[in-house]
Amino acid sequence: MKSIKAQDIRDAVRDMIMDACRILPDDVYGAIKSALDEEESESAKEVLTQLIDNADLARNTQLALCQDTGAAVFYVDYGEDVQIEGGTLEQVINEGMVEGYDKGYLRKSLCHPLTRKNTGDNTPAIIHSHVVPGDELRIKFMAKGGGSENMSKVAMLKPAQGWPGIKDFVVRTMAEAGPNPCPPTVVGVGIGGTFDLAPSLAKKSLFRPIGERNADPEIAAMEEELLAAINDLGIGPMGLGGKTTSLDVKVEMHPCHIASLPVAVNVQCHSSRTKEVVL
Amino acid sequence: MATYNLTTPLTDEDIVQLKAGDVVNLTGTIYTARDAAHKKLIEALDKGETLPFELEGSVIYYVGPAPAPPGCAIGSAGPTTSGRMDVYAPRLHSLGVKASIGKGKRTQEVRDAMVQYKGVYFGATGGAGALLSQRITESEVIAYDELGPEAIRKLTVKDFPLLVVNDAHGAEQYATPNYEL
Repeated sequence: MKSIKAQDIRDAVRDMIMDACRILPDDVYGAIKSALDEEESESAKEVLTQLIDNADLARNTQLALCQDTGAAVFYVDYGEDVQIEGGTLEQVINEGMVEGYDKGYLRKSLCHPLTRKNTGDNTPAIIHSHVVPGDELRIKFMAKGGGSENMSKVAMLKPAQGWPGIKDFVVRTMAEAGPNPCPPTVVGVGIGGTFDLAPSLAKKSLFRPIGERNADPEIAAMEEELLAAINDLGIGPMGLGGKTTSLDVKVEMHPCHIASLPVAVNVQCHSSRTKEVVL
Repeated sequence: MATYNLTTPLTDEDIVQLKAGDVVNLTGTIYTARDAAHKKLIEALDKGETLPFELEGSVIYYVGPAPAPPGCAIGSAGPTTSGRMDVYAPRLHSLGVKASIGKGKRTQEVRDAMVQYKGVYFGATGGAGALLSQRITESEVIAYDELGPEAIRKLTVKDFPLLVVNDAHGAEQYATPNYEL
C-alpha cells in the first residue's frame, strides 16, 4: 500500500489546472501550425495565425487561453494499492480545483441548471474514476468549454445502420455544428457500450494526443475516414471556409447489446486543453 | 473586402456601408451581455424599466470574461456562441442596438431583424480570448453584478478586430457545409 498525502494531490491538481488553461499542449499547438501551412484562404490563415499568437501570449502571461475555462472534468485511474492520507479522492480533487481556478484567474462557469445561479467556485468537478491495479494515482484533467460541448450528440442507432449510419451521424453532427464549436475542432467518437458509456468513451478519447491513431488498425482507419469526411465539409477555421474543419478525430469502441448501436460525438474546440499528473 | 475603422456609437450610415466579409477595427464603448444578462434585460423591458445602458447605436459583445490578472484591465475575453442570444436579439435591434459580437450562426429571424433595423453581426475569433483582451483598455461592471461572469460590463476597446459575418443587406460570410442536411 502506498500512501499519498491529500495536500500533495491538491497541489498537483491546482498546478495542473493553471497550466492547462494557459499552455496549449504541444500536439495541439503543432497541429494548428501545420493547418496554417496547409490553408490557402486568407480568412482561414488569419484565424489560425490569431490562435498561434493567442497561445504564445497566454503561455507568457497570466491570461487564460480562452475565457471559457470550462467545466473541470477529471478521469482518474485510482490504483487499488493507493491510500489517500487526509481526505477522499473527490474531496481533494475538488479542493485543488477550487484553488486552481481561483489562483489562476480562471472563470468559474458552473451554475444551477434551472435557476442559473453560479456555484461560485466551479464546483462540483466532474470526476470519472476507475480502480486499476497498482500503486499509482493518475489524474487527467480537461477544461471543457460549453460552446463545443453544446454541439455534442448521442444517438441510439439501429444495428442494421452499421458503419454507414455511424459515419453519417458523425459527419452530420459536425456539419450542423458549423462555426459554433470554434473549429478547427477535435472530434471524440464513442461507439458501442450503453447509452451512458458511449459519450464517456467519446470524451475519454479526447485525451489522446493529436495525430495518435487508435491501436486497433480497423478503428484507426475509421478515424482517418471520418477526419477526411469532416474536413471535406469545407467549414474551415471559425466556419469561414477552408481545409481544416477538424484537427483530428478519435474513436473508441466497446461491445454493445445485440439490440443496440449507441454512438456519441463529443466535440472539442481548437483549444483542446488537457493535462495529466501521476502521483 | 474592405477594412473600416469605426467608433461607437454606430450609426445607420456606418452599418449600411458594411458587407459580409469586411474587416472592422472597432474603437469606443461596447457592452457585454450573455445568456442570463439578456434574460434580465428583456424582463426589465417588459416591466417598462430603464435599461442599464443606452441601446441606440450600441454594440453588445456576447462574452463572459475571465477574472482580470493583476495589471490587466480584464481577463481573457473572447466571444461566446451567439445562437443562444437569438431569441432576444430581434427585439434589441428594434430598440436601437446596431451590432452584436460573437461566434457561430444566427437564426433567420435575427438576420431579418438586422435587415429591417439596419444592424450587423460581427464575428470575433472564438478562443482567442487572451489576444482579444489586449484590445480592451477598460472594464467596469455596470449592472447585474450578482451574475458574476455574466454581469453587464462597459468595456472600452481600441481597434477591436472584427469580421462582418452578417450584414444589413442579408448576406452571410459563413461557409455552407458540403453535406446534405
